Amino acid sequence: MFKKILIANRGEIACRVIKTARKMGIATVAVYSDADKNALHVEMADEAIHIGPAPANQSYIVIDKIMDAIRESGAEAVHPGYGFLSENPKFAEALEQAGVAFIGPPKGAIEAMGDKITSKKLAKEAGVNTVPGVMGLIEDAEEAVKISSEIGYPVMIKASAGGGGKGMRIAWTDEEAREGFQSSKNEAASSFGDDRIFIEKFVTQPRHIEIQVLADQHGNCIYLGERECSIQRRNQKVIEEAPSPFLDPETRKRMGEQAVALAQAVGYTSAGTVEFIVDGEKNFYFLEMNTRLQVEHPVTELITGVDLVEQMIRVANGEPLALAQDDVKLNGWAIESRLYAEDPYRKFLPSIGRLTRYRPPAEIATPERVVRNDTGVFEGGEISMYYDPMIAKLCTWAPTRAEAIEGMRQALDGFEVEGIGHNLPFLSAVMEHPKFVAGEMTTAFIAEEWPEGFAGVELAPDALRRMVAAAAAMHRVAEIRRTRISGRMDNHERKVGSDWIVTAQGDRFEVAISADREGATVRFQDGTEHRVVGDWTPGQPLARMTVDGDPLTLKVGKITGGFRVRTRGADLKVHIRTPRQAELAARMPEKAPPDTSKMLLCPMPGLLVKVEVEEGMEVQEGQALCTVEAMKMENILRAERQAVVGKINAGPGDSLAVDDVIMEFE
Amino acid sequence: MKDILQELETRRAEARLGGGQKRIDGQHAKGKLTARERIELLLDEGSFEEFDMFVTHRCTDFGMEESKPYGDGVVTGWGTVNGRQVYVFAQDFTVLGGSLSATHAMKIVKIMDMAMQNGAPVIGIKDSGGARIQEGVDSLAGYGDVFDRNIQASGVIPQISVIMGPCAGGAVYSPAMTDFIFMVKDSSYMFVTGPDVVKTVTNEQVTAEELGGATTHTRKSSVADAAFENDVEALAEIRRLVDFLPANNREGVPVRPFFDDPKRVEPSLDTLVPENPNMPYDMKELILKVADEGDFYEIQEDFAKNIITGFIRLEGRTVGVVANQPMVLAGCLDIDSARKAARFVRFCDAFEIPLLTFVDVPGFLPGTKQEYDGIIKHGAKLLFAYGQATVPKVTVITRKAYGGAYVVMASKHLRGDFNYAWPTSEVAVMGAKGAVEILYRSELDDPEKIERRTRDYEDRFANPFVAAERGFIDEVIQPRSTRMRVARAFASLRKKKVETPWKKHDNIPL
Repeated sequence: MFKKILIANRGEIACRVIKTARKMGIATVAVYSDADKNALHVEMADEAIHIGPAPANQSYIVIDKIMDAIRESGAEAVHPGYGFLSENPKFAEALEQAGVAFIGPPKGAIEAMGDKITSKKLAKEAGVNTVPGVMGLIEDAEEAVKISSEIGYPVMIKASAGGGGKGMRIAWTDEEAREGFQSSKNEAASSFGDDRIFIEKFVTQPRHIEIQVLADQHGNCIYLGERECSIQRRNQKVIEEAPSPFLDPETRKRMGEQAVALAQAVGYTSAGTVEFIVDGEKNFYFLEMNTRLQVEHPVTELITGVDLVEQMIRVANGEPLALAQDDVKLNGWAIESRLYAEDPYRKFLPSIGRLTRYRPPAEIATPERVVRNDTGVFEGGEISMYYDPMIAKLCTWAPTRAEAIEGMRQALDGFEVEGIGHNLPFLSAVMEHPKFVAGEMTTAFIAEEWPEGFAGVELAPDALRRMVAAAAAMHRVAEIRRTRISGRMDNHERKVGSDWIVTAQGDRFEVAISADREGATVRFQDGTEHRVVGDWTPGQPLARMTVDGDPLTLKVGKITGGFRVRTRGADLKVHIRTPRQAELAARMPEKAPPDTSKMLLCPMPGLLVKVEVEEGMEVQEGQALCTVEAMKMENILRAERQAVVGKINAGPGDSLAVDDVIMEFE
Repeated sequence: MKDILQELETRRAEARLGGGQKRIDGQHAKGKLTARERIELLLDEGSFEEFDMFVTHRCTDFGMEESKPYGDGVVTGWGTVNGRQVYVFAQDFTVLGGSLSATHAMKIVKIMDMAMQNGAPVIGIKDSGGARIQEGVDSLAGYGDVFDRNIQASGVIPQISVIMGPCAGGAVYSPAMTDFIFMVKDSSYMFVTGPDVVKTVTNEQVTAEELGGATTHTRKSSVADAAFENDVEALAEIRRLVDFLPANNREGVPVRPFFDDPKRVEPSLDTLVPENPNMPYDMKELILKVADEGDFYEIQEDFAKNIITGFIRLEGRTVGVVANQPMVLAGCLDIDSARKAARFVRFCDAFEIPLLTFVDVPGFLPGTKQEYDGIIKHGAKLLFAYGQATVPKVTVITRKAYGGAYVVMASKHLRGDFNYAWPTSEVAVMGAKGAVEILYRSELDDPEKIERRTRDYEDRFANPFVAAERGFIDEVIQPRSTRMRVARAFASLRKKKVETPWKKHDNIPL
């Protein structure tokens, strides 16, 4: 076995690989850029080598720098993780020449699967279902129309070199096919400098389901079931699970066997993933093959019990697979939620900054439930602008899908992340969504269910009452503590009452609390009761309780007269008042928040050094508007939303005070 | 006998109605509560004991003898906040517009005298049209009497003013001399002369809100310490503040059961200070992570944001915090921040509230504006306040402690009790670049030499150890253990006694 391996990656995947290597008794070498000097993977590795400035194209994806680090450390093998150099045949080649093992597939397989047209051709030859279509050169629009009608509408017309929807059109008629061909061709030529176009059947009700394969250098190849990755936002996977709630054993077997056939056809070794698109009738078609470890590999590990990184290392070391296809048993259900530093309330705009609080839920492994969190960050660490905004991959496993979902809900509720915007509420919202719970999703799930973007979650009536009961019981505890202050007048102490009015989510609840040693019974005006038990004390940001025996975890912040409560994707202001306080509070006017959205206010006193925009210019969310210098520090002020610049009130050289209106928007 | 009892109830009911239902409805329509409702929310339920409910004015001019409402426009008395005694007066706008007459003033003076005698805070709720013009000079004398009590009580019992309606003219000077002023957004304003007079005299067009609203006074003038959304929120927050304050200048800070480990370690603080010395960071994170339960009551949050002031608890006991804020103006001292912090330090010292200071200060803000406006004397206020304070003083330098500003910020030289420094701190006369430009002026056109000189200077002074060698720093501590170290430091100072030379009073550079 290798004595030392280098991990040519960063973040959670580097940490993930280090964990397995350590388990196997292999020493690890981390590489890091300027931005990652204090990163977790650097901390975890046995040694760490600096490879350059923060931007990845000056560090993590510079082959020479990685090769230098290999020489310097004497590593015998390299794990590339995902992204960066993981699917770069030149890197595989450089390693080969240096006599260093690549913990991944052979260069030839990477190359073969790297091109869309080639890979599809190879797949077809290997007997893999491909989407009906024509990938050859299409001469002109008329030929495109002919091909389209042969395939049958709807068809998708796309650029061979394209990706991310660029140069892609869907046509439902001859006319649309004609137009689509021309515009795709033009776009492809200008965007990619390659105007090759192909036309294929447009798959309806598409799901993204992928097969994990594992092959050794001795011709053995197995598949480890599938992963369903249909919950995507703009082609970025958000939630994955294994197995798929959609597949039957027979389809799984057919997909698995085709995936293995393809792997073998290209001489694949190591772990790889064959991605399929599956339509509403369980017809599946080859999409592409990823010649690396996938981000979402943990769900496969959780249902198969196979450590994929360990297998990759063993395969790279020349060992034959210890598992045969019949040994692969799928056990239970696993779900992965990707926690991104993206603000769901602001169109998922990336959020960078310091993690002032980062407390993932405890990892557990019991026969009833597993919670696993793959992460590369720590409290006090920085989410930088240079890399992928993924903070962590939270996985839960349980014997059934319903239990795994419940496990995920609870784990998400117990995950504390502060200091940056993040998508925890959105992940919770998906876990609550009836369609997701029913397993009915397509790749359009997010776009269809949240067409206007995400604006938070409303708690269902039952969940709201449970939360109200818990908040009322907590408020009572906090108020009683306040009465225990020193210096009170003997015999004239404040008595905390039992009747409270709780307002939350626009609803009003009258409750009566009777507490005992173990907990509190909260009685609602309709006579129903909830039993709240927990050891929450004032000031704790996370309240772990049970309500009527069911666990309830709330993230709690103090506001005047109550709490800010976050749970199950909801973010609520909960006011708890005595009946008299509530009566008086009801008299208070509702105030509309002041409209400063149409102005750029100066956030600090300083000198305006640069104005980046002009009057009448359209600006996008996040675009730099101007720079204010204060005490030698340059602060770039950015547009909070898309807008047109109206009047600009200040110019370079102007001294500004706080809240001076720098510019107005139309 | 029954009739007599009935008579009392009838009179009480009449008094409680203040200016009558119509005026009460009017008050509510403006989004404001009545004086009695406000007192109810301020005090523990059922704890209010009213004084002088049946007081009426004695004026007979301008037809005033026709209308003698009970209470005379102010509700006074005492009650408890979480069981601790406070005195309260609330002007009643429904009665003659809450205007101040001789008897109205007399009621306020009475409870202020009692508060002084019994050592309990006074909370004044202002909602008044101003002087009772019909009474003329009697009303002015009333103001004078209240001013006098404000001055006598200053530094003896905490005085809190809550402006919940108009407060104009001479009336503003009573709250001005109290310890804290709070306002309610959109329904309160304070000014010496109103918009009409301003227009006549200076031709300035200004609304009452612009001239003296909550935003003006919390952001621009710094007259007010905080502003709240409405009456209910304001009074709930005053209760929260009272929980932090001592009853008087002798009793010491209140102690409250706490649910936070004094030995709590915060590893994330090790990375709070960025590696680049020119990068800002949020000092509030440190305050919140040091405080019991992350509970911080900020004073003047919206003014001079380059310094942070407010109250936290450590081991359940109130501590006043002053901290430079690198996020704003790099945390420098200027006129506004020095005045803000000086006043806060003096309050804490007057009421035996220990002081915790977090330092990251690059110096004083340069410029003609600052010099012309008197930064010399204003900066000296903070220096004086810290030097004069005899309460326990614990200081933690997190990063820069440069020049005179270092000395000002509760340094050892001003009799700081514990002066800790993080390993990231730099106690020096100035930053390396500035120092080298002065020391090696002749080499300025040789960037290579200057760079080497700068590095040398940094190596020598950009650390806490030079100061530690001299004993100006008592100990260099791990950022992660700040809460534990600071809590222990204050625990050791609970019996601190300091003798000061006899003086009538000092002469702080006002």
